[in-house]
Amino acid sequence: MRIVVDLNRCQGYAQCVFLAPEVFELHGEEALMYDPAVPDGQLERVARAVAACPVGAVLAGERAGPGGG
Amino acid sequence: MAADPLGGRIAVVGASLAGLRAAEALREKGFAGELTLIGDEPHAPYDRPPLSKQVLLGRARAHEVTLPRVREVDARWRLGVRAEGVDPIGKRVLLADGGRVPYDRLLIATGTRARPWPVPGQAALDGVLTLRTSDDAAALVERLDAGPRRVLVIGAGFTGSEIASACRERGLAVTVAERGPAPLVGALGGVLGAFAGTVQRSHGVDLRCGVTVTALTGRGGRLTGAEFSDGTRIGAEVAVVCLGALRNTEWLAASGLAAGPRGVACDAGCRAFDMYGIVTDDVFVAGDVARFPHPLFEYQMLSLEHWGNAVAQAGVAAHNMVSPGPARRPHLTVPAFWSAQFGLNIKSVGVPTFSDRIVIAQGSPEEGRLVAVYGYRGRITAAVSVNRAKSLEHYLRLIESGAPFPPGPGAADGRGPRPSVPSDVPDPRLLSHGPTVALTGHLPDRGLTLLRQD
Repeated sequence: MRIVVDLNRCQGYAQCVFLAPEVFELHGEEALMYDPAVPDGQLERVARAVAACPVGAVLAGERAGPGGG
Repeated sequence: MAADPLGGRIAVVGASLAGLRAAEALREKGFAGELTLIGDEPHAPYDRPPLSKQVLLGRARAHEVTLPRVREVDARWRLGVRAEGVDPIGKRVLLADGGRVPYDRLLIATGTRARPWPVPGQAALDGVLTLRTSDDAAALVERLDAGPRRVLVIGAGFTGSEIASACRERGLAVTVAERGPAPLVGALGGVLGAFAGTVQRSHGVDLRCGVTVTALTGRGGRLTGAEFSDGTRIGAEVAVVCLGALRNTEWLAASGLAAGPRGVACDAGCRAFDMYGIVTDDVFVAGDVARFPHPLFEYQMLSLEHWGNAVAQAGVAAHNMVSPGPARRPHLTVPAFWSAQFGLNIKSVGVPTFSDRIVIAQGSPEEGRLVAVYGYRGRITAAVSVNRAKSLEHYLRLIESGAPFPPGPGAADGRGPRPSVPSDVPDPRLLSHGPTVALTGHLPDRGLTLLRQD
């Protein structure tokens, strides 16, 4: 699974950091950094983070591109 | 347009963010015809913003930034093949491998590439890099992992500043050279430029403004250092050239389209202009390569190197490619971007360079958190936040509604009226890095101006 965060939309509520700290982290007070390649063990946590984001900024999905994309 | 807008053949040239999102939107809107995506990089569409941030910090891998898909696109993918031209009469895209892709509607989303160091012999030195692609990022990470004694960053725009930030966070010595008076000044003007300079120096960056790099020096084919216009020199094993972007329009030189160094001119509905300023109805443009008129900025044509613009414009282009005239939509999104550097979250809405005055409406540079509001002739045209992202949406509404500048007391944080000062946006020609937002006037093509002068 891959994720991308619309950081124009992100307002630093940091719900994702709370729910999936191995994937999302704050850099300083409110700059969000994340690993776009979600490890298999984190899928459930990331799904919760996607659902919890108050501004709907996290998009998760299969890899784009040829081969199913 | 084909008799049935949901049938026929669509070719998308450019398989990055804009091309991918447009392809997905076409299918979402019911396009059932033949869809081909052409990209010169061999990789599936990937996300570029992480390349200068978490990838350089080792928190994500350069080749693991593939974008998630929104939906299946059922496309023919032609990756690793460069488009070399368009035959607008025969309606075919000409590929470098001799292939031909017929279309009845074409989307141009070829984006930009990094501007190389202008002296080829110096650019070829081992250790001289640029950062635009995931391959570039992988190469830079390898260099940083090797622990160079000093990294030179040439150009203090957003990319250069983010690289410098990553170097300092990794404990590497870094020199930043910028021809302009301050980092980020080309995008944010003098007040925040001065702030960015203070931040860089407080994080241990050897920041040198008002100088140019006159030579990259090497020995045995390897970079050893650089010489500056003020007569000083440094030793450096890595130099990252961050001189801005070049628009990938050369392949359109013989296409008859209004394509040039500033991009491919299009109307508010993403339809490309031809070289005579006549709008086409079968060629569309989206993303960094597009130049489009914006009503909030006197209908001047904007060229934006922004993630959000690529997404929004791709959606509008796709919609219009499969919609009959009256159902078409304009691309009116207010420009917005972000940057993360030195622990700061910098976000912008509107066009800060379209301004004459600026006021710090909330916070202050000293606090390291603030909202700066930009005005042009008494109207709010932009706002930039530093570690105060939640405030920005309010100013977005003010920009959209053409609210008066300076903003009223309701928009400030209760410290009483603050003075506005000149926004001090320099001529982009005075900077090392190119502008990521360019206001490019009203003419569809520079070549056409010359013709008229004849």
